[in-house]
Order: sequence, then C-alpha cells, then structure tokens
Amino acid sequence: MGNRQEILLTGAGGQGLILASIILAHAAVNDNKNVVQTQSYGPEARGGASMAGVIIDIDTIEYPKVVNPTVLLCMNQASFNKYLPKLKRVGECIVIVDSTFVSGPFREEYKVQSYPITKVAKEKVGKEVVANMLALGVVNAAAGLLDRDIFRESIFELAPKGSGEINQKAFDIGYSLYEQGSGQDTNQSAQTPQ
Amino acid sequence: MPETKPVLMQGNEACAEGAISAGVRFYAGYPITPSTEVAERMAVRLPDIGGVFIQMEDEIASMAAVIGASIGGMRTLTATSGPGFSLKQENIGYAIMAEIPCVIVNVQRMGPSTGVPTAPSQGDVMQARWGTHGDHPVIVFSPASVYETYYLTVAAVNLSQKLRQPIILLLDEVIGHMREKVTIPKGSKLMVEKASDKVPADWKPYDDKGLTPLVPFGFGHYYHVTGLFHDQYGFPTGDPQQVERSLDRIHEKLEKYRDEVALTNYIGHKEPRVVIVTYGCTVRSARAVVKKAYWNNRQPVGLLSLQTLWPFPDKEVQEIAKKADVVIVPEMNMGQIIGEVERHVKGEAEVIPLNRYDGEMISPEQISDIMGRWLS
Repeated sequence: MGNRQEILLTGAGGQGLILASIILAHAAVNDNKNVVQTQSYGPEARGGASMAGVIIDIDTIEYPKVVNPTVLLCMNQASFNKYLPKLKRVGECIVIVDSTFVSGPFREEYKVQSYPITKVAKEKVGKEVVANMLALGVVNAAAGLLDRDIFRESIFELAPKGSGEINQKAFDIGYSLYEQGSGQDTNQSAQTPQ
Repeated sequence: MPETKPVLMQGNEACAEGAISAGVRFYAGYPITPSTEVAERMAVRLPDIGGVFIQMEDEIASMAAVIGASIGGMRTLTATSGPGFSLKQENIGYAIMAEIPCVIVNVQRMGPSTGVPTAPSQGDVMQARWGTHGDHPVIVFSPASVYETYYLTVAAVNLSQKLRQPIILLLDEVIGHMREKVTIPKGSKLMVEKASDKVPADWKPYDDKGLTPLVPFGFGHYYHVTGLFHDQYGFPTGDPQQVERSLDRIHEKLEKYRDEVALTNYIGHKEPRVVIVTYGCTVRSARAVVKKAYWNNRQPVGLLSLQTLWPFPDKEVQEIAKKADVVIVPEMNMGQIIGEVERHVKGEAEVIPLNRYDGEMISPEQISDIMGRWLS
C-alpha cells in the first residue's frame, strides 16, 4: 500500500478544483496508474466549499473515498479551516495552500507549504482561471505523483478548446513556484475569493 | 480488435456508453440527480449515430415513450433516481405484462421522497422488486464499479431483448458519480442478433409454447398489445386457464434462463467462516476488507458480491452459507436484501445486518469491526 496516494483538492466552488481533479485522474490513467476520482456534489460545489478527491495506486483501488490524504491542497481559507484539522497523518501529509486566500494559522507540526498560486496566475499568465493548473504544477512538483510530461499532455487533452497551451504554461509556472520555495509571499493580505 | 486504450470514465457515462455499444438508439427521460449524466451523455452521443434523444415532460411520459419506441423496434434506455423511479412503476408493470424489452436505470439516492439528492443510498432494492403491482417477474442488476456498470448495461440491453423483459439497473450515487480507469473496446458493437431475424412462420406474439421473439410493429405481423391478461395473440381474456397460463409464461422465461441472469462473484477463502454478502458500492468497502484479511492474513473470510439482486441468487447464497458460520449483510439502508438472505440461508448460518442510512458509504472499518468480532 506504500504506493497509494490520496489527494484532496479543496477550495471554493468556481476555482476549478473539480476540473483539476479530473485532469489529475486523467493524467494518472495516461501514466498507467489505477485511479478513482470523487467529488462533492452538493450545493457547496457551486459556491461554498468544493472538494474533490483522487486516489492513485498501482494496486487496484477498492474503497473510493479519500480517508487518509497524502496530499491536501487548500485554495481558500474556509477549506483550510475545514480540512486541515481532519488530517490523520499530521506532518506526513503534504499540505499546500494558496497564500492569496489562506492566511493561516500555519502550525508547525502540519508543515504547511504556502505559495501565492492565484496571485502568480494573475501576474504571470494574466488569467486567474488557470490558478487550478498552476496548483497542479505545485502539487505534482511537491509530491512527485506522476510523470511531468504525461501530465502536461493530459492537461492539453482536457483543457477547454484553445486554452491548452496557456494551461500548460500555468502548470510549468507551478513547478518553478515550488522550486522557489514555500512562504515567499507572506506579507500579502488574505482576500476572499469571488 | 478495435483500439482499447484505458480511459477515465464516470459510472453514469459508462452506463450510457454500454447502452450505445449494445445497440440502444432511443433515450427518453427526465433528468434527475444523481442520474443526470446518463441523459447528458446520451444527448451528446445519440444524434450523431442516428439515434433519438427526447427530454420528456416527466418520468411517466419517459417510460411510456421508451415502451413505444421498443415496440417500434428500437433498443431503449431511460434513467432516473428514486422519485422518478416511483413515477415509472405503472408503466414498468405494463412493459412486464406486455413483454416489451427496455432498460430502466435507477441511480439511487437517499430517500424516501426527494430525500437527499446528492447522498448515496441503497434504499430502492425492494422497490425495484415490488414497486409495480401484481405477481411480476423482474431482473435487477447492481454494479460495483465503472467497468461493471458498462458490461452490466450491455448485458441488460441484450437480455432484455432476448427475454422480452424490462431490466432495471440499480446504481447508487457512488458508482454513478465516481470516475475510474476503464478499458472499453472502442467502437464496439456488443449486440446479440436482432430478435426479428429469426421469426418462425407460425409466430404468435405470446405463444403458449413459451418465449417468442418480439416482432416490432411494421414488420408484417398484426397483434394486440395490452396490460390486461391476454391470449396468444394479445387479445384480452378473463378465462381462468389462460390467465394462469399467461402469468406462468412470464415467470417461466426467467426460470429457464436463471443461470444467465443471476450473476455473482465470490472472492476469499474456500472454506470461509465469515462471509460478507453485499452489492453495489458497498462491495468496494467489503472487498478492501476481505483482500486484507484473506490475501494478506489468510483469515477464513469471503465476499459474495451480487451483481444480480433479482431474481435473487438463492443457490449461490445457500451454497456459501452452508460452509460459513456467519453471513454479514452490509447495506446502505435499514435492511432490505437481508430478509432474502435469511430466507435462503434457512438457519444454516447466523445472518448479521450492518446498516447505514446517514447518506454516507459504509466504511471498510465498519465491516472489519463486525467481522473481527466473529473471527476472534
């Protein structure tokens, strides 16, 4: 079971996390892994706290829901407040937050990595909507889930028509953001997403 | 062989794709969560391949449209969830009585009534069996994965044609909504031969001798279709002998093809002490437990998963219960299939319920807890 990765992508409805989870799962299929993707379907998926889970394993996957995340992405403060305390593998789970919207508190034992994901998407790509792909870049760089090239191709395949390259660019920026290191942009004030 | 590249697919989408592979070219429905993706996929796919997609004014009309299209010679599908399934019941009874093939998908959600639209449940097991009135035969499949959804839909469409019997696919929200890696033969046609190709010269629509193929209207045979008890030619009758014969007729076809219809799958120990009997998404939790207990720890446990709920796989359950001390029946309802399990286990083993009805899946821990108590 050492190969099993459980990834929880959380944030506000509209931040593109469900599409991100589908692309991640699609990429896992292309990378020859077994994968199951689930998502929240309630009204919260359309504005409140949106959540999508992806399980990637070499073994077959039975129970389809994420119970023990190995990677947690929080794209807004509400989801950070909701999902961080539920973590069972404190310190082992890779926690990545978008510092554009999440201001903490970052308690040491959780080893939270914060990156200004949406801010950088706006500044470097000119489009806030690609923040989800940028986040996938950070996640994949941090957790080494899948082959980077296969992931890039999968993004191109599933991105809305005509936006393949810009989404791939965002994914690559995610990698460089990770390489620059966590917490580079802490002086910035938290906002609530639209 | 056609190209078979693994793809990521949702359970509901796999249901639509399975139907199309098996030759379904007519869909009538009224969208409802959590079944909507079946309709969405059919709406995208059918017009391109010469099929018909109609969004009807409600579920009653959808069911009627499906019956009409079937008797016109099309392979048909409709999908709904609990509230809509309730509305379809009258016409399902009509299709059973008039022996009109069709496939009805019910992606179960938490009920009763409108319940919790997005929460999973397995509460429609008995409704699928007895939802429509009278002593009717029924076939109900319950898949436990995206791929199983695909192939059980293919099987349902074909068996429905062969037996002239409506078939119900009982999905649940978990299986309907989750996406999984599946390998589906691309561009495949998985159809048994057309029923009307092998019509004998002395064809009667409801032959006393037994199952006859359906000849669609417009193919050279005139006959009557009714929900009333009818004679060999379809005309209404109240003659006690014919009434009895007619009811036997629709039940006999299921008995005759029972082994083709009652599908189960067993994994685990050859001489298990504890057996789990379950279906639908609960199989996933049970399999996680049994894999660990048997494959890793060689404990005397097993899992009998029921792909077919009705007709109930009685022989399979009896056989395994004879070996076991305990049969655990986890269900996401207040206890429905367990009554049937008890009826066929006949005291050979202790039958233990495990019920959950808070709109969440039964977890592997819940199953291993109860299993552990009987193993120690």
